[in-house]
Amino acid sequence: MKMTVRGLLAVLATTTMLAGIAEARTLKWARSGDSLTLDPHAQNEGPTHTLAHQIYEPLIIRDHTGKQLPALATSWSVTSDPTVWEFKLRTGVKFHDGADFDADDVVFSLERAMQPTSDMKGLLTSIDSVSKVDQHTVRIKTKGPNPLLPNNLGDLFMMDKGWAEKNNATKVQDFKNREENFAVRNANGTGPFSLVSREPDVKTVLKRNDNYWGKAEVPLEVTEVIYTPIKADATRIAALLSGEIDFVQDLPVQDIERLRQDRKLRVNSGPENRTIFFGFNVGDADLKTDNVDGKNPFADKRVRQAMNMALNRTAIQRVVMRGESVPTGVIMPPFVNGWTKELDAAPAVDAAAARKLLADAGYPNGFSTTLHCPNDRYVNDEAICQAAVGMWGAIGVKVNLVSQSKSIHFTLIQKQPPETDFFMLGWGVPTFDSDYVFSFLYHTRAGSRGSWNALRYSNAEIDSKIQTLSSETDIAKRNATIADIWGRLKEEALYIPLHHQTLAYGMKSDLDIPVDVSNQPKLKFVSFKRS
Amino acid sequence: MFAYAVRSLAQGLLVLVAVAFIAFSMFRFVGDPIANMLGQEATLQDRQELSERLGLNDPWPVQFARFMGNAAQGEFGVSYRQARKVSDLMRERLPATVELAVLSALVATVAGVLLGVYVAINRTGFLSNAIMSISLIGVSLPTFLIGIGLIYIFAVELRWLPSFGRGETVKIGWWSTGLLTESGRKSLIMPVLTLAFFQLTLIMRLVRSEMLEVMRSDFIRFARARGLGERVIELRHALRNTLVPVVTIAGLQLGSVIAFAIVTETVFQWPGLGALFVNAVQFADVPVMAAYLMFVAGVFVITNLIVDLLYFLLDPRLRASGRTAKGH
Repeated sequence: MKMTVRGLLAVLATTTMLAGIAEARTLKWARSGDSLTLDPHAQNEGPTHTLAHQIYEPLIIRDHTGKQLPALATSWSVTSDPTVWEFKLRTGVKFHDGADFDADDVVFSLERAMQPTSDMKGLLTSIDSVSKVDQHTVRIKTKGPNPLLPNNLGDLFMMDKGWAEKNNATKVQDFKNREENFAVRNANGTGPFSLVSREPDVKTVLKRNDNYWGKAEVPLEVTEVIYTPIKADATRIAALLSGEIDFVQDLPVQDIERLRQDRKLRVNSGPENRTIFFGFNVGDADLKTDNVDGKNPFADKRVRQAMNMALNRTAIQRVVMRGESVPTGVIMPPFVNGWTKELDAAPAVDAAAARKLLADAGYPNGFSTTLHCPNDRYVNDEAICQAAVGMWGAIGVKVNLVSQSKSIHFTLIQKQPPETDFFMLGWGVPTFDSDYVFSFLYHTRAGSRGSWNALRYSNAEIDSKIQTLSSETDIAKRNATIADIWGRLKEEALYIPLHHQTLAYGMKSDLDIPVDVSNQPKLKFVSFKRS
Repeated sequence: MFAYAVRSLAQGLLVLVAVAFIAFSMFRFVGDPIANMLGQEATLQDRQELSERLGLNDPWPVQFARFMGNAAQGEFGVSYRQARKVSDLMRERLPATVELAVLSALVATVAGVLLGVYVAINRTGFLSNAIMSISLIGVSLPTFLIGIGLIYIFAVELRWLPSFGRGETVKIGWWSTGLLTESGRKSLIMPVLTLAFFQLTLIMRLVRSEMLEVMRSDFIRFARARGLGERVIELRHALRNTLVPVVTIAGLQLGSVIAFAIVTETVFQWPGLGALFVNAVQFADVPVMAAYLMFVAGVFVITNLIVDLLYFLLDPRLRASGRTAKGH
């Protein structure tokens, strides 16, 4: 009975709203995995940030193309001291609980994100201190000049200091004290939506923040968001087809074509900020996983070039990815600073030339080796590896494929020394700058750099060039260094870049949500088509 | 009887310890949770620090002893994936799984017995043949295919039933139930049928063969000679004698229905323990995996114990030997 009354009220409310000015529009949104926590500094991970972006806001936000837009900061610049950045904050912004947003909150949030147990601290290593100048001005002092500091702030969310103190959430979750942090399931941001309820892995409900500072600048037409993770691909698609879900963020590639035929649906696809590639052990004197004694075939550039040439990228794009990928010759998508068409070009497939290169290197009959591949991380990762193995087999390199879960695969790469000689990996560039690629994938493994360089590659000259990038303030000079480093690295053929991953979003046809390059769609930009 | 129960309980505890031991020695092959817990900018040092905080650097026997010590107090730690207490997570997810499993077991038993009796009595009818053929599908088709098939028919094409989730639930204390709302009941239909299908066909086939067996025995012939009606013989005499093994099987199957709801829960995005476990495995979330496996082992131990005790009550011979054993 109670339900009926409520239902009646809901109908009444909807009809009055329709008659009135604003239309109540719920967006039912699904993707395969849930956010891990609402604590904005506890996990540096895509789905977690995506949900956080609806509730919390950073100082500077990126739109779906990766372009920076002012969010809680209205302007930012380097002061006369090149190691100090100054951020002017937006005035009149309120948190969902009504508290004012000001400089104290920024100082608090950035310091919280730099705590040892924070997962965001890796993006803030260059920061020395954060200080308040006045109520709406903050200065960040870096350890050396850091011309690209704003690039690292796109997913650094601002919390209310008072709220965190009141709820004992000033520290990021550590796993030692065996207690749940208040911020894990509760949230108080400045964002376009506020949290109504959250059941992790089941359902999260958000409602529109009617006091949102930016309501004049963005459509903000969605009044309620119901976010549901649906793990099984078939079920997620069924929910879209049956109309129970309005927006599905990850479409399995095999379903895209079929959904495009459906007139009640719209499919948008576009490049993601992630490149898939293969890497070699080029440093060790001998490999355990090959059949060549006393030598490391991958240490020979000609072998790497041969394997690069043997890889038929367009075949993989067509058959394995069903067209949903962009073949490439470099580990960075086009919107990253440093990208050029020349770097992006992949060598032509030429099995004869590849065989000749192998023969020149002393392997006329090829050799055998082992490739490690994840099977639950990238789009069709295992199938890609299987296809590639066949292509290398055609030039005589017999590759034994080991594909396993990401939890095992990434450990092989991250271990010191790494426990793989030939591996698949994908890389996104959250700072949109080449330095991020160089630092993690090419720099010698030391300190905070080179942690994903499982090549055992170490080149002091390249290392020192990479190091200059983080403090070079002359942009033209810096870009020249970037081009120089890329030129040398491409020549070395240390990795075999394969393709940029493509994302596909499925939605009802009255929606038109463009693919966000970081795969973090911001729902304040969503508008409904009037029919 | 008391001694018997104590002995069974002690055996049960031994099973739990053994399961914990085996499970714990397997976890190292699931992967390293650290890789999933830290973002890609994390340094080698960050990883070592986190590993230290989680106690993953301790030798294996120390980790196992610590786990058993905490588990004995009902403390399973904090989930690596969700940063929440495992006991809270399990308690939140338990009602969904129990509701699904109990309803499935109920459907499987009731429908299985009825259909089994029907096909045993009408051995040659068209309907009987149809039922027997369909039951072959139930035995041979994998659960996820049945689930997806149902979703496409009833959710996508006909749009009668929701394709995922539990619908609206009502909280009664810490227990949440979907039985009290319309959307909750609608959401239950397909997962329950999917999960029940295999058990249903199993029970049906068991009832049929038992019944055919009983119908051939002497006392049925005598009942016929006494001039009793065919229906009375079938339902009062034959069926009652068939039910003893059926009850045993159905009881034992309840344990496995709870334990193996994983596939059904994944297909229907059912927020139960099975779905929790699947996510935990992918993340190498050891505390959740350990707690779930202990829970499943516990369910099996308890259902076995109850079945053992039921035998004790049903079979007078067991009771007699128990008494003489006490005398010695």
